[in-house]
Amino acid sequence: MDRIVLDNVSKKFLLAGGRKLLRGHVRDLIRGGPEAFYALRNVSFTIREGESMALVGSNGAGKSTLLNVITGLCPPDEGRLTIHGRLSAVLELGSGFHHDLTGVENLKLNASLFGMSRKRTAELFDQIVDFSGVGDFITQPLRTYSAGMIMRLAFSIAIHIDPDILVVDEAFGVGDQAFQAKCIERMLAFRKAGRTMVCVSHAMETLRKMCDRAIWLDHGQVILEGKPDEVFAAYQGRPVSSV
Amino acid sequence: MWRGDYAFVLQNLVLKDFKVRYRNMSLGAFWSLLNPLIMMTVLTLVFTIFMHNTTPHYALQVLCGLVPFNFFTLAWANGTTSLIENAGLIKRVPIPREVVPISSVLSNCLNLLIQLGVLFAFTLASGYGVNRNWIWIPVLCGLFVIFVMGLVLACSALDVYLRDMRYVVESANTILFWMVPIVYSFDIIPKAFQDLYSLNPVAAMVMAMRNILIQSAAPAPSLLWKLTLASFTTLGVGWGMFRVLERRFYDHL
Repeated sequence: MDRIVLDNVSKKFLLAGGRKLLRGHVRDLIRGGPEAFYALRNVSFTIREGESMALVGSNGAGKSTLLNVITGLCPPDEGRLTIHGRLSAVLELGSGFHHDLTGVENLKLNASLFGMSRKRTAELFDQIVDFSGVGDFITQPLRTYSAGMIMRLAFSIAIHIDPDILVVDEAFGVGDQAFQAKCIERMLAFRKAGRTMVCVSHAMETLRKMCDRAIWLDHGQVILEGKPDEVFAAYQGRPVSSV
Repeated sequence: MWRGDYAFVLQNLVLKDFKVRYRNMSLGAFWSLLNPLIMMTVLTLVFTIFMHNTTPHYALQVLCGLVPFNFFTLAWANGTTSLIENAGLIKRVPIPREVVPISSVLSNCLNLLIQLGVLFAFTLASGYGVNRNWIWIPVLCGLFVIFVMGLVLACSALDVYLRDMRYVVESANTILFWMVPIVYSFDIIPKAFQDLYSLNPVAAMVMAMRNILIQSAAPAPSLLWKLTLASFTTLGVGWGMFRVLERRFYDHL
């Protein structure tokens, strides 16, 4: 079964887009609009059930944009995107957290945002707290947490959502070594259960362990697609550009 | 697509808004109780003692106006900026985006409930009893909240594209204070303008509250259907605008 299908997907951003006041819009009307920049150009691939895809590329290559397109945060400008199944994304650990809320409150809020039901959240509550290892701090406001603790709680929630497709952006560099090992173990178990994953990271070793396919992205285009070993070798042997 | 638990998300977002607003204050939600009473006292002082307005129960009249007005201005202003303030959520978590402005309005509803409590207490303390027309109050409030939601859906989406929106709302709220019968009564409006004036749902809401609490009268049917029409039209238009504008939120946040 195909889980994610991208067919000639392109995404462009307007260079003068965002944070504009009225005069900016008026200027665009007169001068014919700002220039477009393609963050993704004609990207096509299919990820089937049980496959795990690694995305590599230098900064600004379009990896995050691609993940945002897949998760539905930014609809593509051209091409078609089809998703089959329940998708959950960890794009930035701790997004949706609020520092004045306690760990318990943040946990519930975050779980609900990720699509977990009230019942399921109650059932998994102890497990999530346990996995995160924040202990008694769970009743304290988040501002009393260390950065590592916040990340651990966020990751623990994300990994307990149990979707058909998990999209992860740079999330496994979290916490100390013991916690990282726990996370990787958990994600490997997720794969073994036949789930689908899309991962972005610069940690090739971790990606090698978790993924069976890889894509190298550069300037919004797919440069190479294949087995992780081949793609990573080509990517690491590339001439380093100034971008 | 997102297949979560809408009620659970809304509940959590509303509680977050409410808790974050009051948690770090020693008086907490007591402020939303105190605020209209302070305004009422000042306005009553100025208009009855300095300007010799002799309307009986002037303070109660003012409070009847302040409670819906306060709710409207706060909900509108907070709702308009809600998407920008939660840009992290909008850009990073795949949720149905309308839950953000909707929860912002709902959390202001908690405030409205507290302030209605103050208003009811003050009504009873002024010597007016409970009458059977009070049952219209939840109906009116429901329609009013629907109206505000429509407005907030439209304005919050526009605010993503035009950051000037919040200042437009602020200025509109300043003007609105004088376009709603708070410090004066509807009767002083010249006949020629009365129809136009009462088209404003906030003004209609205030007049209905006075009708019910002070005159013990049911709201006029014409007022009810006007408010119903205005509320659902605004919600429909607001929702439609949100759906269209939502497509490019990502690029503009």
